[in-house]
Amino acid sequence: MKTNFTDAQLADPGIARANEILRACVHCGFCTATCPSYQVLGDELDSPRGRIYLIKDMLESGRPADAETVRHVDRCLGCLACMTTCPSGVHYMHLVDHARAHIERTWDRPWQERILRGALARILPYPGRFRWAMLGAKIARPFRRLVPDARARAMLDMAKAPIAAPSRLDEPQVHKAQGSRRGRVVLMTGCAQKALDADINAATIRLLTRLGIEVAIPKGEGCCGALVHHMGREEEAKRFAAHNICAWMAEIEGLDAIVINTSGCGTTVKDYGHIFRNDPLAEAAAEISAKAKDITEFLATLDLPAPERSGMRVAYHAACSLQHGQKVTAAPQTLLQAAGYEVATPSDPHLCCGSAGTYNLMQPEIAGELGRRKAASLEAVKPEAIAAGNIGCMAQIGERTGVPVVHTVELLDWAWGGPRPAKLGNSG
Amino acid sequence: MELPRPNPMVLERRAEIVARLKEALPADTVIDDPRGLVAYECDALTAYRCPPLAVVLPRSTDEVAAALRICHAMDVPVVPRGAGTSLAGGSLPTADAVVIGVARLTEVLETDYADRIIRLQTGRTNLSVTGAVEADGFFYAPDPSSQLACAISGNIGMNSGGAHCLKYGVTTNNLLGVTMVLMDGTVVEIGGAYMDAGDLDLLSVICGSEGQLGIVTEATLRILPKPEGARPVLMGFDSSRVAGACVSDIIEAGVLPVAIEFMDRPCIRACEAFAHAGYPDVEALLIIEVEGSPAEIDHQLRLIREIAERHAPEVIRESTSAEESAAIWLGRKSAFGAMGQINDYMCLDGTIPVTELPLVLERIGELSAQYGLGVANVFHAGDGNMHPLILFDANKPGDLELCEQMGADILRLCVEVGGCLTGEHGVGVEKRDLMTVQFSREDLEAQLKVKDVFDPKWLLNAAKVFPLAVTEGRRP
Ligand SMILES: Cc1cc2nc3c(=O)[nH]c(=O)nc-3n(C[C@H](O)[C@H](O)[C@H](O)COP(=O)(O)OP(=O)(O)OC[C@H]3O[C@@H](n4cnc5c(N)ncnc54)[C@H](O)[C@@H]3O)c2cc1C
Ligand code: SF4
Ligand code: SF4
Ligand code: SF4
Repeated sequence: MKTNFTDAQLADPGIARANEILRACVHCGFCTATCPSYQVLGDELDSPRGRIYLIKDMLESGRPADAETVRHVDRCLGCLACMTTCPSGVHYMHLVDHARAHIERTWDRPWQERILRGALARILPYPGRFRWAMLGAKIARPFRRLVPDARARAMLDMAKAPIAAPSRLDEPQVHKAQGSRRGRVVLMTGCAQKALDADINAATIRLLTRLGIEVAIPKGEGCCGALVHHMGREEEAKRFAAHNICAWMAEIEGLDAIVINTSGCGTTVKDYGHIFRNDPLAEAAAEISAKAKDITEFLATLDLPAPERSGMRVAYHAACSLQHGQKVTAAPQTLLQAAGYEVATPSDPHLCCGSAGTYNLMQPEIAGELGRRKAASLEAVKPEAIAAGNIGCMAQIGERTGVPVVHTVELLDWAWGGPRPAKLGNSG
Repeated sequence: MELPRPNPMVLERRAEIVARLKEALPADTVIDDPRGLVAYECDALTAYRCPPLAVVLPRSTDEVAAALRICHAMDVPVVPRGAGTSLAGGSLPTADAVVIGVARLTEVLETDYADRIIRLQTGRTNLSVTGAVEADGFFYAPDPSSQLACAISGNIGMNSGGAHCLKYGVTTNNLLGVTMVLMDGTVVEIGGAYMDAGDLDLLSVICGSEGQLGIVTEATLRILPKPEGARPVLMGFDSSRVAGACVSDIIEAGVLPVAIEFMDRPCIRACEAFAHAGYPDVEALLIIEVEGSPAEIDHQLRLIREIAERHAPEVIRESTSAEESAAIWLGRKSAFGAMGQINDYMCLDGTIPVTELPLVLERIGELSAQYGLGVANVFHAGDGNMHPLILFDANKPGDLELCEQMGADILRLCVEVGGCLTGEHGVGVEKRDLMTVQFSREDLEAQLKVKDVFDPKWLLNAAKVFPLAVTEGRRP
């Protein structure tokens, strides 16, 4: 597409990147067909092609963000289905990241929204605060009808989930490999994830060490920064990221991978190289991004034992951050099959479940509709369990179905010698 | 390209028009925020842009009729829109027009496998028509490369074709009936769940009428049982001319594959980068697909190979798996999009007799040298439906005009060798001013009279298809 930036605008590296992305878009509209928000709302302004156009117009004019543009950019799930679909390689993620930062800088959100977003940014990335907030919300939940804002109600609803006690396994330490050591990885223990569910890291550590991999949990690692990054809070995001880069660089000697089992975080860690491209940390950030691997991506590089059981029918839900953000599509399913499970794929596997980081809190109506559709399509393949590689999806889907929802790695751990995942219940 | 001067009387009453639309329709159906309107200022032909007066996104035929009644009463021009993937500027707005988009009309209303029909709302995308019936072994045949995104409404508007139309025909051959709202809000039913209407065949007039006769909200389509099997074969040649000659020979020999697609080197490379289909890196590539039982497939492929061998192909490779076939088609169908990685382009669409392919490809090469603009070719060769992509720099002043001139020369060439201006993308605004190259004044007058009957006030998409000078006096 033709663009209209002045030379002065193009001197800004952010605008230069946006221009490069916009120039590649041919406005063919293919991406509209796989965009979840467009599927639900049917207005091109809520599609990638429409958002790209709104963003283009906003950036070209150099004006502050406006209500209309903000509304439609806010409705984007960041699921990146559009990037998988786009034949022209348009990097929507970097474009929308830039737009979100521009919005954050130039747009005054109404006070209720500011409070909500501020609270999320101050609570979710910190497991300790998150546990307290969940407890507070549990107490407030009976009064939810009195809360006027649908978004605030959605936050209270989150507290339906049980709170996980802090797990000793997640503290900084080295988990030794069993038998002879075949490799060494760092495990990113996640932030919101370990407050909601301690079993996922436990299963990851058990499985890796059993397979002969030493698992280090370095001091100083924390939230990946994705949460605030998606709110356009660039500087905060970089602070979180810089912490991790330093913590992990201390372990980089002889390190095989930085293993991540929350695919939302994985997408962001893999983008550290881009985020820090004009920064003194650029080289280290790029090295960290190159080492970052989803747990299934890493497992797929290992020689794996024969399965110990077989037969359970599992519906695999491909998290967007994994399938679109990281393009990890085959590994989770081939691993589940190798572990003896019968894997079923729902219809429209490319569509997001609506969780999308804090999206379910900020846009509860659209998120609810997507969650309902996703749960229905998963149930339609009649699974005994649903597997996903991202805690957000697990919570979103779990709320809407009676079928147990587990993390892919929990099933793999079980198949290769670990305990039966508690989430599956006792029967069977 | 010129758009008619917007009607000042309409622009003046903008607030009133929007208010009446909002009064008659649900709140989220009318877009009038100037920021939002900008995103509706063009279709897939982005060289031409103009934000509309308002956009209406109805959820039912009744809502379409309500919006049209208001526009009719207030003499407001209307531009119908499907998915906005037209490459001819068919859904390009004018500044005084209300765009009525059917993207929210996506329901399947009825499927009948015994009669092999599906009835649906026309905002549904082409590929999701097949999606609705494929589990039961059926498919909808016309397959524009844009089928993932384009709507049945636009397919009807443009009488769209696709790779497999060599065997199955284009939209008009697969359309059985429509529900259409006329400009004054009257809802009419034309055709139905049967092959041939007893009365005057109005359906064929509506299919390809580019949104100038009414807004089509429902359609009855023919669906077909899936063939037993299908296999594409890739054939690489050392020149476009030779590949063109090979196509011409295949057609002349009376062999009828379901698809014969052509790509030259720039397209092959761009598509390979996206789809990883394993295309050979050659000057010109044919993708030929045959269908049927394994024995039929083998037989046809043998005949085709025999003909191809005479042209000394550099590579002949048959697909060996369903995944490989899917990647081969994904690449081909992404060609226009994938070319965006490389360059801005203007996509042309002209049809020529297949025997003229070698000559026309050579002449296009000469024009490319003459104008100093690159050309990439990717098209439905079996039908002689060419899509030269003229490469230019949209940000460089003067380049678009040069590109337009060269495009006009190529289309004139198509008409000269006995072909026509458009194969499947329609006339829109892109080829509007070339209509006089193909049609005499009397021919055009006869076509205008058809529109007079359906839309006496000339409010529906009136800036398209016919040169403005020809419609002067009819348009308000
Ligand atoms: C990458 C790419 C590849 C393409 N490949 C092909 C191809 O292989 N074959 C092919 O034929 N075309 C192709 N096209 C062109 C385009 O996709 C077709 O013309 C398609 O049918 C347009 O459908 P749409 O829903 O996007 O319609 P739009 O672009 O929205 O509209 C097209 C025309 O139909 C009219 N219209 C829309 N809705 C209605 C309605 N409800 N009632 C009456 N009129 C209406 C519009 O006014 C306009 O004149 C391609 C386009 C792209 C971008
Ligand atoms: S698919 Fe890609 S090129 Fe086409 S409109 Fe979407 S982003 Fe632009
Ligand atoms: S990221 Fe997802 S929701 Fe956002 S525009 Fe792309 S496909 Fe749509
Ligand atoms: S929660 Fe799940 S499906 Fe949803 S955006 Fe994240 S990854 Fe997508």
